[in-house]
Amino acid sequence: MAEPESTIEIVKPGLSTTVQDLGRPGYYHLGIPLSGAMDRESLIAANLLVGNDEGAAGLEAVFLGPEIRFAADATVAVTGADMPPKLDGVEQPGWTALSVRSGQVLSFGFLKAGARASIAVSGGIDVPVVLGSRATYALGALGGHEGRALKAGDRLRLGRGRPVGEGRNLPAALRRKAEPVLRMLPGLYDHRVTGEATERFFADPWKVAPEADRIGYRFRGGHPLDFVPREPPFGAGSDPSNIVDSCYPYGSIQVPGGTEPIVLHRDAVSGGGYFMIGTVIAADMDLIGQLQPHQPVHFARTDMAGALAARRETAERLARIRDALA
Amino acid sequence: MALKTIQSPIPGTFYRAANPGDPPFKAENDPVAVGDTVGLIEVMKTFTPVLAEEAGTLKGFHVENEDAIMAGQPLYDLEA
Repeated sequence: MAEPESTIEIVKPGLSTTVQDLGRPGYYHLGIPLSGAMDRESLIAANLLVGNDEGAAGLEAVFLGPEIRFAADATVAVTGADMPPKLDGVEQPGWTALSVRSGQVLSFGFLKAGARASIAVSGGIDVPVVLGSRATYALGALGGHEGRALKAGDRLRLGRGRPVGEGRNLPAALRRKAEPVLRMLPGLYDHRVTGEATERFFADPWKVAPEADRIGYRFRGGHPLDFVPREPPFGAGSDPSNIVDSCYPYGSIQVPGGTEPIVLHRDAVSGGGYFMIGTVIAADMDLIGQLQPHQPVHFARTDMAGALAARRETAERLARIRDALA
Repeated sequence: MALKTIQSPIPGTFYRAANPGDPPFKAENDPVAVGDTVGLIEVMKTFTPVLAEEAGTLKGFHVENEDAIMAGQPLYDLEA
C-alpha cells in the first residue's frame, strides 16, 4: 500500500511567495534566466537546518509571510529576513529547526529587517524539475508550482525528509547581515559616461526604488549621469544610454536614460540596448535580495582581485555554515 | 471606545488616493467597514490595497500621502 502523500497547503500566499532552489544555470544565452533564491546563502542554511540537500526547493517569501497548513509532520526552518515565524500563532526563533506536527499552521509576524524569508521544509518542495531546476520563473511561467507565485488553496507535495535534531540553530555569527554597500566592477560600457559622472555615481547615496523585484533592483536618488558625446553607432538607439544590443550579465548595472540604475537579478532579461556602468560582484548579489524599498545604499568600486577575494570569503563562510550544521 | 493603531503589513510607498487629484479613500472621522480600502501601498510594481480588517471610525493617519513606509509601521488609528 502506498504511503499517504505529505503535503502543505497555502492558506494565505503573502505578497509573492515562490518555490525556489539554487537556480537554473545554463540557459541564459537562450533568454532563460538563472532564477532561484535571491539570497542563496540563506536558502542553503535553511535547507541544512532541516536536513535537506543544499539545493532542495524551498519557499521564498518577500516582505509578507504566507500562512501554511501542514498535512504531515515535518521540520521547518526560516532564515534570511527577520520575519518571525509562528506555529499556531506562537512566535518561534528564526534560523532554527522547528518541529511541526500535522495540522499545525505556520504563519509570520511583520518583517523587521531584510526583505526575503527562506522557508525550508524537510524533504523539500517536490514540484516538477524543469530544465534542471524547481525554481519559479514567473515572468516566463516556468518551473515552480505551475510557473507562478503561490495562491491560497495551493497544495504542495513534500519530498521524503531525513531525521534531524529539533531546535538546532545556526550561530548568530554565521547569519549574514544586510550591508548597505554593493561592490562592483566598472565596465564594460563605463566609457560612455564622463569620469566625473562615474565618481559621483560612487559618492552618491542611492535608495532602493519600490519597483525593485526579482528581475531587477532599481535605485534612485543619485545624480543623473553625464554621457560622453558621440554619434550613435549603427544599431544603437538615439538616447545616449543606448548601445548596440549586447548581453546583460547577471549583476550588471544598466542606467536607462542615465537616471536610475537597475541591477539585474535572478529573473533578469539576458540582453538589450542599455549601456552598463558595471557589474555587482557575485559575493554581494545575495545582499541585494535582502534590501527593502527606500533603503539607502552605496555602490563601491572594486577590481577583479577584490571580487575574487570576496568570493573566497563567501565560500569560507559557507564552509563554516556546513560545518556548524553537519 | 477603544483606540487601535493599524500597522502596515508590507513596506513600500503609501498612497491615500487611487490617483493623484482623486479624493482620498478615507478622511479623518470617516466610518470604516470591514473590507474598505483605506490606502494603497506600492511595491514591486504592484499596488496592494490596505483593506480594513476591523470596523470603526478612522481617527487619524500616522503617514502622509507618498510616504515611504516600513512593514509594521503605524498607518492609522481606528476607534472601534
